[in-house]
Amino acid sequence: MTTDIPAVQVQGLVKNFGETAAVDGVDLSIAQGGIYGVLGPNGAGKTTVMRMLATLLRPDAGEAKVLGHDVYTEPQTIREKIALTGQFASLDEDLTGVENLILLGRLLGYKHRAARKRGMDLLEAFGLTKAANRPVKKYSGGMRRRLDIAGSLIVTPQLMFLDEPTTGIDPRSRNQVWDIIRTLVDGGTTILLTTQYLEEADQLADRIAVIDHGKVVAEGTPGQLKAEVGAGALRVRVHNVSERDTAVELLRRDGTTVTPEADPAALTVQVQHSADVTHTLKILAQASLEVVSFSYGQPSLDEVFLTLTGTASAPHSDSTPEVGAP
Amino acid sequence: MMNPQSSTQSPTPPTPGSADEPERIRKVLVPPQDRPAPASALTACVAYGWRALLKIKHLPEQLIDVTIFPVMMTLMFTFIFGGAIGGSVDNYVQFLIPGIFVQTLIMITMYTGLTLNRDFSKGVFDRFRSLPVWRPAQLVGALLGDQIRYLLAGTIILTVGFFLGFRPEGGITGVIAAFMLLLVFSFSLSWVWTAVSLAVRTEQAAMGVSMFVMMPLVFASNIFVDPSTMPTWLQRAVDVNPVSIVVTTIREMMAGTYSLSSLGLVALCCGVLIMIFGPVSMFMYNRKS
Repeated sequence: MTTDIPAVQVQGLVKNFGETAAVDGVDLSIAQGGIYGVLGPNGAGKTTVMRMLATLLRPDAGEAKVLGHDVYTEPQTIREKIALTGQFASLDEDLTGVENLILLGRLLGYKHRAARKRGMDLLEAFGLTKAANRPVKKYSGGMRRRLDIAGSLIVTPQLMFLDEPTTGIDPRSRNQVWDIIRTLVDGGTTILLTTQYLEEADQLADRIAVIDHGKVVAEGTPGQLKAEVGAGALRVRVHNVSERDTAVELLRRDGTTVTPEADPAALTVQVQHSADVTHTLKILAQASLEVVSFSYGQPSLDEVFLTLTGTASAPHSDSTPEVGAP
Repeated sequence: MMNPQSSTQSPTPPTPGSADEPERIRKVLVPPQDRPAPASALTACVAYGWRALLKIKHLPEQLIDVTIFPVMMTLMFTFIFGGAIGGSVDNYVQFLIPGIFVQTLIMITMYTGLTLNRDFSKGVFDRFRSLPVWRPAQLVGALLGDQIRYLLAGTIILTVGFFLGFRPEGGITGVIAAFMLLLVFSFSLSWVWTAVSLAVRTEQAAMGVSMFVMMPLVFASNIFVDPSTMPTWLQRAVDVNPVSIVVTTIREMMAGTYSLSSLGLVALCCGVLIMIFGPVSMFMYNRKS
């Protein structure tokens, strides 16, 4: 495999929907092999970027090469090397699981009988044999995702696009989908996935681009990005409301960033490592401040955006279309 | 197990998320050198046509518009207007059946556009467009699959007509020849609805636009009445209406006369429809997002 050709090479990519710039000058360089995550809130332009790279949407401006081929002049060559798993299952709901795979198999060049065999093999590998003859509209969210991914593997793509692969499925199926995605990378496929969840990008991606308002606002390994944002937040509630200020004072003296919350008994501590959690709680215990509850979590996407862009990410989901389709 | 194929599978099929799943998935991947060449344009059309047939199999209720509706239309027109327009029901049947045969089939072509419009709003549309196959195949295949619906509806009309006393002089040969010509015209006309379905956002809008185009085509024609009672300006419009041209030719063929000029005109209509709306549809299909 010619791994020196980048999987994706994009410069100044622009796509407007009416007056709105959905993608506003994106630069990306993605090497072959591994998983690349595109992280951003709803309406940031992630899906639009992916659709342009998958030759579904023509960019308004900019250069884009996929596996060394130009999206404007060689879309058909690109289509031979990629597979797309869309945000909403890219399946025919009325057809059964195996019929969906037979159809894709035939379009990809298998004869009917071979396409059926290929479909049944894939269904077995994905644990869907029992559901083979059931219409897809009766599948659960997790099963749909599995079938959708199976549909992208009828022939092994060099580059696979996964648009929000775990949005709307239960946590157990989500972990299974993550395992599947990791397996595909071992097979030599490069994966480009979009996600709204920092945790997902962190779990899967070797590199991440954070997109907001159609622009790349940060790029790097998960470690680099987290170092910019801080590892997480520890939220503590004290028993006695009057003791909160004492706690804030104590922790600030210790050199941590502490924010009192709207809840008069609660405060949030920025922590870099999980070890800091124990340290913080110990300080409170030593001062005999009674803690009612505490929780520790990764920074939310909002916090990431707050840090990276200086603005909250929430309000633009209604102003920018996420996908071109109505 | 009787089936030799199933004996190669493990006795209990694996479940999602089992421990050996990554291993199974790794094994099922096809090495790049073993992949077949993508389907040819023809194979792709056949595959999409097969999909259209599967849809009929899984959703037989969608056949109601090609079964009950034509019967209803034929009976209503025959018995409600028959006496008034044709003097007697018997007379009118000989005139009406070829007309309503055409009307029913071209009305059904609209549903092809509506089905496609529904398709375009779904995730599977993106998948199809990302495949390395001849892109018009999705449209051509859907239109070819719909020929089965046209065939079914046409057969029903002619059967009902036969029971109502329709006895064409051209006999079975004339009827079959007329049927084939109408299938070709229906295929050509459906490209108009394909373009409409790509141009508008919702199914309702597609329905509205299609009806707006369809109604004058159907009624300002010689389907139901002889145009000689219409005002002159309208007669001129009826004469150039492709539907009238088709109906005239179908009537001739069912009556056993084959006129080269009529057939040529129909062929011209078909050619013009495809040459305009085929490329327009493809242009919009490629730009659809």
